Amino acid sequence: MNPQPATPSSTAPKARRWFPHPALSLFLLLLWLLLANDVSVGQVVLGSILAWVIPWLTQGFWPESLRLRHPLVLIKFVLVVLWDILIANLILAVRILGPINKLQPAFMQVPLDIQHEFTITLFASTISLTPGTVSADLSLDRRYLLVHSLHVTYIDAAIAEMKQRYEAPLKEVFECSPLP
Amino acid sequence: MSVSLDSALLEGLISFFLLVGAAFALIGSIGLMRLPDFYLRLHGPAKATTLGVGGIIIGSVIFFSTQGDGLSLHELLIALFLFITAPVSCHIVAKAALHLKLEAVERTRGKPWK
Repeated sequence: MNPQPATPSSTAPKARRWFPHPALSLFLLLLWLLLANDVSVGQVVLGSILAWVIPWLTQGFWPESLRLRHPLVLIKFVLVVLWDILIANLILAVRILGPINKLQPAFMQVPLDIQHEFTITLFASTISLTPGTVSADLSLDRRYLLVHSLHVTYIDAAIAEMKQRYEAPLKEVFECSPLP
Repeated sequence: MSVSLDSALLEGLISFFLLVGAAFALIGSIGLMRLPDFYLRLHGPAKATTLGVGGIIIGSVIFFSTQGDGLSLHELLIALFLFITAPVSCHIVAKAALHLKLEAVERTRGKPWK
């Protein structure tokens, strides 16, 4: 994994930090409480210990800390995606049960504005999660994503919509720092 | 939960979500059977993992949360893990299909790169 130039200040090799990934820690604590299905003091303490120890032990695998910039945009993005999943499911149900011969499948090459591998992963996953489109491949230079669509009438419009709906908010949340 | 109308309503709601989930899982499977080429068939399971599982999970959350043991949310983790893993496996399978140069139906527009 090549170090990406996206986070200029935090990538310098450092000694072990005591609290490397606050967001990951919070996520782990939530995950633990959900797994335990119980919000008692004991579980919170145990979860907090795990939430601190796991990021600390694994920080070698996560060299860059990811900065979350606009949490509200992220929340809105998640809601938009969930809504799109619902709508796309209904549309896809009709298409699958309807006449198969009228489907117009297509491979689309989506040009990427985002560069960080984590963001690209999120973008590709979002595309695959919304039924009707599946991300199939990433070009070697990471500038195009190959997306297969079950039915698309106007390819350019579909690409523009995907970029505007999913890529733009991801870019805003995770990589709005100017690239060096 | 003492009034019977309440529990009837609740049961109706739970049944609704279970049926919606099951219906979408079924439609996903029908898609797997009907669609003509490999890339198109990939779209079937995508439905089953999102709304299919989602509906069943919502039904389960409501059912166990109203059984008296307090809020039960750990089913949501199933959805979370599925949402993380399903696109990745889907991507890998599609990539393998491209690598093997599986044929897409003729009317597919656009070409995967060589």
